[in-house]
Amino acid sequence: MSLVEVTDLTVGFGSLRAVDGLSFDLDKGAALALVGESGSGKSTVAGALLGLHRGTGARVGGTVRVAGTDVQEATEQELRRLRGAKAAMVFQDPLSSLDPYYAIGDQIAEVYRVHTRASRRAARARAVEVLDRVGIPDAARRARSRPHEFSGGMRQRALIAMALACEPDLLIADEPTTALDVTVQAQILDLLHTLRTETGMGLLLVTHDVGVAAESVDEVLVMRHGRAVEHGPVGTVLAAPREPYTRELLDAVPRVDARRTGSPATDEIVLEATGLRREFGRGKRAFAAVDDVSLTVRRGETLGVVGESGSGKTTLGRMLVGLLEPTAGGIRYAGEPHTGVNPAVQMVFQDPVSSLNPRRSVGESIADPLRARGERGEGAEERIRARVTELLERVGLEGAHHDRYPHEFSGGQRQRIGIARALAADPRVIVCDEPVSALDVTTQAQVVALLGELQRELGLALVFIAHDLAVVRQVSDRLAVMRRGRLVEYGPADEVYDSPREAYTRQLLAAVPALDPELAARRRAARGEPAAA
Amino acid sequence: MSGFGGFLLRRAVGTVITLLAISVIVYVVFYVTPGDVAQITCGPRCSPEQVRQVAAQLHLGDPLYVRYWHFLQGLFAGQDFSTGTSVEHCAAPCLGQSYQTGQQVLDIILGKLPVSLSLVLGAMVLWLALGVGTGVLSAWRRGRVSERVLTAITLAGTATPVFVIGLVLMIVVCGELQLLPFPQYVAFTDDPEQWAWNLLLPWLSLALIEAATFARLTRAAMLETLAEDHVRTFRAYGVGERAIVGRHALRGAFAPVIALNANNVGSAVGGAVLTETLFGLPGIGQELVHAVKVVDLPVVVGMVLVIAFFVVLANAVADVLYAVADRRVVLA
Amino acid sequence: MTESPLAVEAAGTGIPVPAAPGARRFWRRLRAQRAALVAAAVVALLVLVALAAPLLTALEGQDPTTYHPSLIDSARGGVPVGPLGGVGAEHWLGVEPQTGRDLFARLVYGARVSLGVALAATVIQVVIGVVVGVAAALGSQWVDQLLSRLTDIIVAMPLMIMSLALLAVVPANFPRPVLVTLVIGLIAWGSIAKIVRAQTLSMKGLDYVSAARLSGWGTWRIARRELLPGLAAPVITYAALLVPMNISVEAALSFLGVGVKPPTPSWGQMLTSADVWYQAAPQYLLLPAGALFVTVLALTVLGDGVRTALDPRAASRLRVGTGREDRNAREDAGTKEATA
Repeated sequence: MSLVEVTDLTVGFGSLRAVDGLSFDLDKGAALALVGESGSGKSTVAGALLGLHRGTGARVGGTVRVAGTDVQEATEQELRRLRGAKAAMVFQDPLSSLDPYYAIGDQIAEVYRVHTRASRRAARARAVEVLDRVGIPDAARRARSRPHEFSGGMRQRALIAMALACEPDLLIADEPTTALDVTVQAQILDLLHTLRTETGMGLLLVTHDVGVAAESVDEVLVMRHGRAVEHGPVGTVLAAPREPYTRELLDAVPRVDARRTGSPATDEIVLEATGLRREFGRGKRAFAAVDDVSLTVRRGETLGVVGESGSGKTTLGRMLVGLLEPTAGGIRYAGEPHTGVNPAVQMVFQDPVSSLNPRRSVGESIADPLRARGERGEGAEERIRARVTELLERVGLEGAHHDRYPHEFSGGQRQRIGIARALAADPRVIVCDEPVSALDVTTQAQVVALLGELQRELGLALVFIAHDLAVVRQVSDRLAVMRRGRLVEYGPADEVYDSPREAYTRQLLAAVPALDPELAARRRAARGEPAAA
Repeated sequence: MSGFGGFLLRRAVGTVITLLAISVIVYVVFYVTPGDVAQITCGPRCSPEQVRQVAAQLHLGDPLYVRYWHFLQGLFAGQDFSTGTSVEHCAAPCLGQSYQTGQQVLDIILGKLPVSLSLVLGAMVLWLALGVGTGVLSAWRRGRVSERVLTAITLAGTATPVFVIGLVLMIVVCGELQLLPFPQYVAFTDDPEQWAWNLLLPWLSLALIEAATFARLTRAAMLETLAEDHVRTFRAYGVGERAIVGRHALRGAFAPVIALNANNVGSAVGGAVLTETLFGLPGIGQELVHAVKVVDLPVVVGMVLVIAFFVVLANAVADVLYAVADRRVVLA
Repeated sequence: MTESPLAVEAAGTGIPVPAAPGARRFWRRLRAQRAALVAAAVVALLVLVALAAPLLTALEGQDPTTYHPSLIDSARGGVPVGPLGGVGAEHWLGVEPQTGRDLFARLVYGARVSLGVALAATVIQVVIGVVVGVAAALGSQWVDQLLSRLTDIIVAMPLMIMSLALLAVVPANFPRPVLVTLVIGLIAWGSIAKIVRAQTLSMKGLDYVSAARLSGWGTWRIARRELLPGLAAPVITYAALLVPMNISVEAALSFLGVGVKPPTPSWGQMLTSADVWYQAAPQYLLLPAGALFVTVLALTVLGDGVRTALDPRAASRLRVGTGREDRNAREDAGTKEATA
């Protein structure tokens, strides 16, 4: 009997079918990844395995058996015995997934006591034991800490510890590393791998990231619109996909070894930053988010800026466009010192939801730079409207979208609108702050391609800020690697990627998930060695 | 722990600044009004001679900041009052003296304070117990008929002004049913049992509306917590509904309840004034209403300062409790 | 291309400015709540009664201030003559004890005072609160410090006590309803200023505001176009809570005898001596108390409805009690949560 048997599962919310006739099995000790873009229903499946849709108004059909329990038919009590004890779940955002008011050890102990009737003291000891098992240093002391006193990676370890507490047969991990930095992601994936080999538990991994799947599982199931597209061994599916959608998905995944081609870079410097420094806070709490950063941006080139969270890359971007005043250092535009905002230096923002005013039509938002420039007089309205229509069409939307509101557009479309608004100011430099990190990979590829086209056509200089090293590689001529506010490596992109000088850069590159499961295994072994030593 | 110590220090300094600012506002509002300040302060029945004395006492000839300084000095160091024939010393903390009755304001207040404290503190126990209890119950029974009934009752409760509840209670309980005599204040030290019986109706009138507010807040805060991700985690780990509501959701409601309690001390003091007036309890509120009606300015000013002092203090205590309940505040 | 039916011409500019897309949805959501609809009808009726007070009393043939000594029994301490406190064709709801003034007239004129004072005070509170809150959020650090501290102090001052005390020092010839309005309005704007400041600060950090700055617009234009419309929802929600609160405060002050003073009628003031007369003329207690209760209740329910209609996400979360549906809805929208 398989550990998990899902037959013809359907889950509907209102008029929407989130999951539509999905079937799969998972054997004891095996690992399966559900891979799909947003809206594919993959997380809904994970919830259905533990019966989490009960009482939410969702309609669930088909059968789900997990560790011998029929999840649909089980009583409330049987379901509770399954949850946590036989099948445990790890969630995406470890901060919000833990109770902020209780110590982490107490939360694990609570779960353990629900399933084992152990004494308080025994449960506390068990909590310390599993925390130690997942690599929390000084576990006995740290068990008394509350979630906000942990770093993101430590919190995810704690959540995994909670999952381990009752020695489940199945671990369900729903986007377990999506909220984490790439180096931390590698550590968590390695931890999951080690735990799986040592305990023999089955793993169901839900992820949007094909690379994460390649690193962690034996089998993948590609989902789209609630249905299975392709299902097979991870090596086969990734190396020789049968279905067109799988191929499309794989083609869209940025590769860290893909060089930039056909760059229109020139030697003309448009933007130059010297000794930029920005402090936040005052007195004892003051810290420099950006510290002594100097760089240049040339016409027609893309400067990639990579760094993990807290590296100061966003602060740097906001200083470059003049939204933030530097504490020290200065910015020269076209050779002249410049402070404050400058129409020639525009920005494309990360979050497609908050970057457009929900109360104004997209045409009005795009027209802002034109109106601010003082387009007035006879026929001004017509000229503005014509220009906005032209811009909308230029970024791949329809002119008729002028009077629509942001909520009528998808994330990718909103990002295009943001680009059109930046273009309306006739900029020479556009700083893109994580422009594609909130998008699905296929949409990501389209937006990146659009930026490239615009750059060639208009001779734009781009500053491309991102945490994803693969995306940055695709687009960058030169690269700046940031860490704790400082520039640790700065040079031509190919040089930095192919022969990094700094240990930190090498560490970053080694942590990027590989699409080839065999390569991933070799890299994991390489990462494991220094840690074991 | 130095973080927490620093937080306490910052909060204490903030409280002192707030109190000073309130004293400035109160001084300006009451002693820089248009019209003859000395005449108003002294009261309508003062002779011109007395008015002149009051004017000297208030340093009316001096610039504003000097006058305020004398006022402040009086508060902290005490001052002398000459009543024409004799000179009386008013020791610090001196809130001045009533020119109408010749009594020192602090003495008046201290005499009335036990009544008001009995009323407000007793009612607070009642409204916290009733309000939080009802809120927990309706969060626990969410989506069922009993929750709807509780919601309707609490809604009606928030819509009934204190004096309407008080009037109705008094007429029904004491008048029609004659279950209790009309309340008359008995000091706790004299007869604790009679003290409680006589304060029962005033407590209820003051507490019911506050309890309704607390019930609504507790329910909302608990439901808010129940919608959070960490509750989903514990559901996904087989933790039962009772533990989820009683442990995790209730804990999430702690901080908002403490914050509301601080906010509501002000409105409860207002309610206490009404309750005292309605039931004829000889507390600060009743005295304040009387002083306002007869325009006994020093008494009014003294009472406003004392009440503001208590409210600001309650707010500061609540802030500290809030920080204890939710340590993340200290780090922010 | 068709013009949206909600599009209106902005005065002077000739630019078609579409009404916020939320406006129509707001009305639909408000209409979907039965309790809120009933409450809205009650409030509308009360406003109508208040506006038509002279008309209604003319219909009855009475006015709120004329004494009718013949209708009270001074031998029995001023109890109204006749059954049920003097109810009849002349005086629909009877007369006031001791004075014999017409109760119906005083009740409907009382609605004028209650609603008028509460609404006007709310307007004052909202205006001060929005100005102070926006100025604190957009001004320099120094301005923010000053205004925030002032707001804290205002919040810390007990409204009832300050109103009571203030009413003592103002000369007696100042029109009382105006005075009560000013006192309530000028003291109780603290919480709305806090809400506005917090909301403005959080919106100021939004990317679309940064984008507007990059467009080259100045602070004033950004405040007007990008920030103020976003304040509408929280301000309306809070103002809807303030109105019933102000009604209660006015009633309380008048009940204590320091608010609106006779001969101007007010519900709270009518209750001042009602307990003495409840046996002889129960309606003298029940009518103003009931009017207060119904008014405050209707306004509170309407306020709750407005909040639900403006923030259905929070409301549905509170109803369902789990966040899952919400999460799935977000996934449908095709926007993955930000990862960095």
